[in-house]
Amino acid sequence: MSESCKIEVIGVSKIFRRDGKNVAALAETNLAVREGRFASIIGPSGCGKSTLFNIIAGLMPPTTGDVTVDGQSIVCRAGTVGYMLQKDLLLPWRTILDNIILGLEIRGEPRAKAVERALPLMEKYGLKGFDSHYPNELSGGMRQRAALLRTLLYDRDIMLLDEPFGALDAQTRLSMQNWLLEIWKDFGKTVLFVTHDIDEAVYLSDDVYVFSARPGRVRAKIAVPIERPRKPEDLTTERFMELKHHLLELLSEERDPAEEIS
Amino acid sequence: MDAYNQESYCGAVRPAERESPKKEEDDAARSIETYDGELQDKKRRRRVLAGRILVGIFLFAGWELFTRIGWMDPYYWSSPSEILKTAWVQLTEGTLLRDIVYTSGSTVIGFVTGTLTGALLGLSFWWSKTYAGISEPFLIILNALPKLALGPVLVILFGIGFFSKAVLAFLMTVVTSAISAYGGVKSVDPALETLMVSLGAKRRQVFTKVVVPWSMPWIISSLRINIALALAGSIVGEFISSEQGVGRMIIYAGTILDINLVWVGVFVLSILSMLMYWGVILLEKWLSKRLAIISS
Ligand SMILES: Nc1ncnc2c1ncn2[C@@H]1O[C@H](COP(=O)(O)OP(=O)(O)O)[C@@H](O)[C@H]1O
Ligand SMILES: [Mg+2]
Repeated sequence: MSESCKIEVIGVSKIFRRDGKNVAALAETNLAVREGRFASIIGPSGCGKSTLFNIIAGLMPPTTGDVTVDGQSIVCRAGTVGYMLQKDLLLPWRTILDNIILGLEIRGEPRAKAVERALPLMEKYGLKGFDSHYPNELSGGMRQRAALLRTLLYDRDIMLLDEPFGALDAQTRLSMQNWLLEIWKDFGKTVLFVTHDIDEAVYLSDDVYVFSARPGRVRAKIAVPIERPRKPEDLTTERFMELKHHLLELLSEERDPAEEIS
Repeated sequence: MDAYNQESYCGAVRPAERESPKKEEDDAARSIETYDGELQDKKRRRRVLAGRILVGIFLFAGWELFTRIGWMDPYYWSSPSEILKTAWVQLTEGTLLRDIVYTSGSTVIGFVTGTLTGALLGLSFWWSKTYAGISEPFLIILNALPKLALGPVLVILFGIGFFSKAVLAFLMTVVTSAISAYGGVKSVDPALETLMVSLGAKRRQVFTKVVVPWSMPWIISSLRINIALALAGSIVGEFISSEQGVGRMIIYAGTILDINLVWVGVFVLSILSMLMYWGVILLEKWLSKRLAIISS
């Protein structure tokens, strides 16, 4: 299994200490995603999805376990994967173009070269003419595009996307999903995608991991056998509905005990 | 609308708006009667300007008249015409011009060095929480300390020349500037730091690319207070002991009971203070434009 896997999460757990108490955010979690696959993680809020991403991105150490990319441990090595955080986090004093090339700039690439790479991407993926605008002049969808292009241009094989479309309205959301699929097809990245929207998870993914309530752990892994390229019509097919119901059941089993606790 | 205003600030303080509270009223009026809002605006602005000039003329004319007919004692109040005459003599035959250069020189030098040092000091607190924690109470004590009271000590330490005035102006500005910059540093969105780290940034890059630009509006917002503080520092320095400067001129005029000259000094300082204030506003505009600081 491990030979063909791009990224593996092996027995990763996380316990936070807060006010002298231990808070288990993530129970031992195992994931393995093959190169070029699109995997989604869905689970009740607070089950440690963002925590898992932070660990994979090397921003915090896991309490136990290991994360490997191409068989090599990347624990606490920030910058080895592309990570789009839950908020778009565009720097308000920079133009969209300067925001998008931030990763390259940090890496020390000359600005002219970075711009040369960024402009065609902006043109192709719906940000044409926005290069000298500032983030606060853009709609939510456009800002998400910019944040995602920044992650894309950072140029890592693996991209972690943490609820990138969570704050968008349904209409924008669907067009952004298709936009993301187009980018994914063009660049062949391995994607890990967190969402709380079942439709979105099924529509986008090859595999959907369902997490249990806090402390989160993989409860089920569901493959999505819908052919690509996917179209919005797929959202209404019977097979889609079946998958959706199955996931909904898995999730609702998870939500009940959590609600009793809180 | 505000989103397109490239000169507004993302900080808590928005000097550009604070400058003209009148603008809001105008905006409100415009939303009620949009069709001729612009025209009304223009008319109002013209009326305001005319009113200001008229009030100014009345004040000075009244002052002149009352001192002439004896309702105000010209010994204390002098009179605008006498003050102008004295000012002219001082400018052409006396040392007024040299004094102005002296006072503005120590003010500007103290202001620039104090603001820069303070800003760097405040920004430096980002690098270590321990260092910031140790320094914070001292900063607060220094801020509470009436620095003007240190004037005599400074004169003893640095002599009665130009340097002691510049040092006093420096001391007046450095702490406010440091506190402002530190306020900016403390308010940096931690998520932005996380983003930078996730892009592989080193601490130095987080500092230059996030912390400094984030804190700029805070630093800029301290400029206006600082120029006034610096001028006060310079003048008090001259009051204590000096051979030149507008402050010294006022003290000197007071001791020889030359009320006209005292008034000249007061007006010169007011004008100086206003000019420097405008200069700082221009500086603010230039800085914000250069840094392309945008409200978020
Ligand atoms: N830095 C932290 N310190 C303490 N507790 C944390 C920290 N980060 C997250 N948590 C806790 O861990 C749990 C999981 O959080 P998170 O990973 O953000 O969940 P999700 O993204 O699935 O909604 C939450 O209960 C949260 O309060
Ligand atoms: Mg989250």
